[in-house]
Amino acid sequence: MTEWIIIFLSTVGTLFIFLAAVGLVRMPDFYLRVSVTTKAVTLGVGLVLVSAAIYFNDISVTSRVTAIILFLFLTAPVAAHVITRAAYFTGTKLWKRSIIDDLKGRYEDKTISLEEEEDVSESSPSSKNNSTTQESPSEQDSSEDS
Amino acid sequence: MSLYEYLNYIIMPILSVSLFLIFVRLLIGPEIVDRVIALDLIITCGLGIIAVYSIMTNQPTYLDIAMILALIAFLGTVAFSYFLIKQKKTREDD
Repeated sequence: MTEWIIIFLSTVGTLFIFLAAVGLVRMPDFYLRVSVTTKAVTLGVGLVLVSAAIYFNDISVTSRVTAIILFLFLTAPVAAHVITRAAYFTGTKLWKRSIIDDLKGRYEDKTISLEEEEDVSESSPSSKNNSTTQESPSEQDSSEDS
Repeated sequence: MSLYEYLNYIIMPILSVSLFLIFVRLLIGPEIVDRVIALDLIITCGLGIIAVYSIMTNQPTYLDIAMILALIAFLGTVAFSYFLIKQKKTREDD
């Protein structure tokens, strides 16, 4: 019985990893490739690790596997966001059949910081010329994403 | 067919083929960010291979290495993106 659970979990996880690898080769655009990387591979590796935890059936191995899965689920979206932000600022092209580019024309090319939204700049007029400091892009990015 | 034969003859070849496909993207990637995410994916795919191999050899010690590799993959991606942005800033200052 345990053997069949291990076989099922490792098979599903391996299929997710394989589909992610095929998508990484076949997708036409960097941003689509990043979405493949983040979602499918994290789920696949998590399932394979869970099958290892079920096989060993030990509290130390289970805690170790839980730590790895938690760390993956925390860091994979952050890493994908950071590398996609760097790709957009360094001028990676979108696919030619992409329809919406929400960031187009909304960030200053010199200082690499997003322009503020209109209602924000109206409500707080003192924070308009702060785009030269180092910390301002990340703050504005987090406010954009939320 | 026992569990070990199944893992050895079906799971591991599929993981190896996916690793090969990711390596193709590492070679042909048109931009440098494509290569960065291909490196990240190679390490994450290696985590799955380590987990399957620890089942096959009945050695749970290999999972420690998997934890360290997950750390290194995240650090590598963040460092690459930091230096890419920094390179663009210095180029525009000139």
